[in-house]
Amino acid sequence: MAEPRVMDIKDQPGFRSIAIICLLVLYIPVLILMIFSFNSGSLVTHWEGVTLNWYGSAFLNEEFHSAAKNTLIISVTATIVSTICATLAAIGMTRVKPWRGLAAAFMIINLPLMVPEIITAVATLSFFALIAGTLGLNFGIGNLIFAHTVFCIPFAYMPIRARLEDMDLTLEYAAADLYATPWNAFKRITLPLLVPGIMSGAALAFIVSFDDFTITQLVAGPGQTTLPLYIWNQIRRPMTPEINAISTILLLVSILFVSVSFLIARRRAK
Amino acid sequence: MTTATLSPTPLSPQPLSKAALFEAQAVKAGARRNRLLSLPALIIIGIFGVLPLIIICVYSFLVAAPYGGVQWQFSTDAYLNFLFQRDIFDDTLQFTPDFLIIYLRSFLFAVVTTIICLLLGFPTAYFMATRPPAQRNWWVLLITIPFWSNLLVRTLAIMFIIRDEGLINDALLALGVIEKPITMLYTNFAIQLGLLYAFLPFMVLPLYSSLEKLDFRLVEAAYDLYATRRQVLWRVIIPLSKPGIIAGCLLVFIPALGAYVTPLILGGGVHLMIGDLIAQQFGSGRNWPLGCAQALILMAAVLVALFFYVRNTSGKVQHG
Repeated sequence: MAEPRVMDIKDQPGFRSIAIICLLVLYIPVLILMIFSFNSGSLVTHWEGVTLNWYGSAFLNEEFHSAAKNTLIISVTATIVSTICATLAAIGMTRVKPWRGLAAAFMIINLPLMVPEIITAVATLSFFALIAGTLGLNFGIGNLIFAHTVFCIPFAYMPIRARLEDMDLTLEYAAADLYATPWNAFKRITLPLLVPGIMSGAALAFIVSFDDFTITQLVAGPGQTTLPLYIWNQIRRPMTPEINAISTILLLVSILFVSVSFLIARRRAK
Repeated sequence: MTTATLSPTPLSPQPLSKAALFEAQAVKAGARRNRLLSLPALIIIGIFGVLPLIIICVYSFLVAAPYGGVQWQFSTDAYLNFLFQRDIFDDTLQFTPDFLIIYLRSFLFAVVTTIICLLLGFPTAYFMATRPPAQRNWWVLLITIPFWSNLLVRTLAIMFIIRDEGLINDALLALGVIEKPITMLYTNFAIQLGLLYAFLPFMVLPLYSSLEKLDFRLVEAAYDLYATRRQVLWRVIIPLSKPGIIAGCLLVFIPALGAYVTPLILGGGVHLMIGDLIAQQFGSGRNWPLGCAQALILMAAVLVALFFYVRNTSGKVQHG
């Protein structure tokens, strides 16, 4: 045998290098962007020295404040509403006798994932323009909250449903055998076991709402600037490392929530 | 299984045995009412997600109002304008392929993105799946972070690197390889690079969840039967991971086809993709019906892709 038997059968030549290259390619641009947020020079690409001034000027910036406030109002509300809806829907679609229309309901819940964002964006814009024009309805920032809630629901729904499906049903049977009412069984057994799934789903809903640019940009009215929109407005002006500082903050928020969601999911898997 | 909750791959249907087991209990506990619990989510998505899609279908058959919006008058001009332009003088239709070219270019971008992501993503996912479990989790987290990170910011990071005064040009100038900066920003190259950067994690994660479940006894059997490494890869590993490959390609192809942020920032409004074209009709173009028609044509392309996906995966279930 030409091939020595000690070699790992799982190995494929060159795959390790490609994997490492992929990781470097994914991280180097973002790391450079983060590093330049500490640049004491006023150019985003030429390094001059270390400073924290750009974070300071970002935090003192009124526009940044109002953008951060809008972003938080929208993402927190959308996260709460979508997580509640997603939790109820996940229960209504797993803890039931299969009902007619279940497949259709599942499709509707996942619809926002299948439609390209730009289509959702122009459709939502047309919808709000129509109800403003015919019914005179304008929810202000509520428009953005509704739009965000729609695409947050499937993201919150996925981990909650996965958790419900993995759950050991014998506990719920036992509760029923011991004469627990359905509500009590849910409150004392199902819900506590479901909490990690709900947390994981809420974290994902928050990230997708917090980071959304496309839909927000088309639907947002005047004075409804969110952080991603603020960054976009800054790109079109001469840029200073302040934009790197704000971008870094956004990235850190995403990383925090992804890691939380990930760790919860991992604990579940153990 | 950690990725199952993090990647938006379609969920597997509920195991039948579980459902059947629970059925008796569910009926006994009067849990049939539970189905009503899905109503809030369905109503919200119905009103603010499905209804808007119906509205753009209607809008695509109306006439554009001069300052944006629509006039309630039936017309198929939006679809005609997609391929033809009406001559102002003699009112004849002339074939103008401008939009079609943008669609074909976007299609090409999406195809190239999918292929390169697959070529890079498959080895990466395979390498991840063959690590010891502890290391594997770190790899998954490292790929998951860019998956969920802000796309606008990630695209901005690429822009900073490929600008005329960016890191690549600075380095090449300092090394004396070039004398003038190479223009990379606002070119097709920039868009292609941005798309690859944006969607690579979308390929790796579904491939990983499929490769993670690979039965390596089959690989061992192939080696026992004197297969070479190359044969094992092409005749055993790749065929077994076909569902993951299809899911990954779809997760890259669909968002790449409708990409908006990437061409907006890296194409500089010069090299349009479908996404920018649609948004333009709602902005400076002031032609909402045309924008709606363009959006629906994109939707049709996506549905075709999804149809192939469903056909391929359901075929898979029948064979296995």
